[in-house]
Amino acid sequence: MATENPLHQFTIERLIPIHIGGIDASYTNSALLMSVAVVLITGFVLLSTRNAALVPGRWQSVSEMLYEFVAHNLIDSNAGHDARPYLPFVFSLFTFILLGNLLGLVPYSFTFTSHIIVTFALAAVVFVGVTIIGIAKHGFRFLSLFVPHGVPPVLLLLLVPIEVLSYFIRPFTLSIRLFANMMAGHTMLVIFAGFVTALGLAGVLPLAVDVALVLLEVLVAVLQAYVFAILTCLYLADALHLH
Amino acid sequence: MDVASAKMIGAGLACIALVGAGIGIGNVFAALINSLARNPAAQVTPFAFLGFALAEATGLFGLAIAFLILFVF
Repeated sequence: MATENPLHQFTIERLIPIHIGGIDASYTNSALLMSVAVVLITGFVLLSTRNAALVPGRWQSVSEMLYEFVAHNLIDSNAGHDARPYLPFVFSLFTFILLGNLLGLVPYSFTFTSHIIVTFALAAVVFVGVTIIGIAKHGFRFLSLFVPHGVPPVLLLLLVPIEVLSYFIRPFTLSIRLFANMMAGHTMLVIFAGFVTALGLAGVLPLAVDVALVLLEVLVAVLQAYVFAILTCLYLADALHLH
Repeated sequence: MDVASAKMIGAGLACIALVGAGIGIGNVFAALINSLARNPAAQVTPFAFLGFALAEATGLFGLAIAFLILFVF
């Protein structure tokens, strides 16, 4: 019944084969979509603020709303005002993942956030960066992050290993959350699309489900970019303020 | 038992993880409705959607395993 493999859409294709030494550095469809996302968001922000006025026009107010959303709702309310120096990083991360998720919903395009290696690279950058910030700011006292306050010393024997484990598991949960959401959603769309052709006239029902699922996927795409950025802010708050 | 049927059974078992996600998402929105009914001015909706996304993700881990069993191995 399922004529097409639902995972076929995640195949990486070499568009421009490049081989340097023994390394395959080809320009793939994944890299193409990443370039499109970077060009779109950079072009949008640069063009909309080129003739910046005190009273913003339509385009300028959209990019100002995006900036204010990241600055107030993500940074200030989760990591505190002294996390403002990291605003450019969180802004780039949020918009890159958002564009990646949304561009993947365009028919016949490719979702680069549905590959674990892409999301894991992003999460690893966040994890290593946040750890370096914490150690640079607090030095040896950074280790007090693993010791909860007001706990009887006997319980610390149990709690400190749990805290250490939950700290080092962060990059994995952060990357698997985004990857699993994107992969599961897109696979589900293709599976239901397979039912449409298989069922004939009754295929109207799975078609209706597919339309509803596309709407859910738009919500999930925006939400997962938001969750990735908000968790980055929370990790940053841990490193800056140590609980 | 041959490998093909074992794969089907394994994929079905992996989908049990979605029970937890269902309960979690139900809890999140029940709590949201509760708090908005008691205090309509409460600014809790962003937290509810954050909780929804986190609860949904745990179920999708199981669904992803099911897909991997069915289509990758």
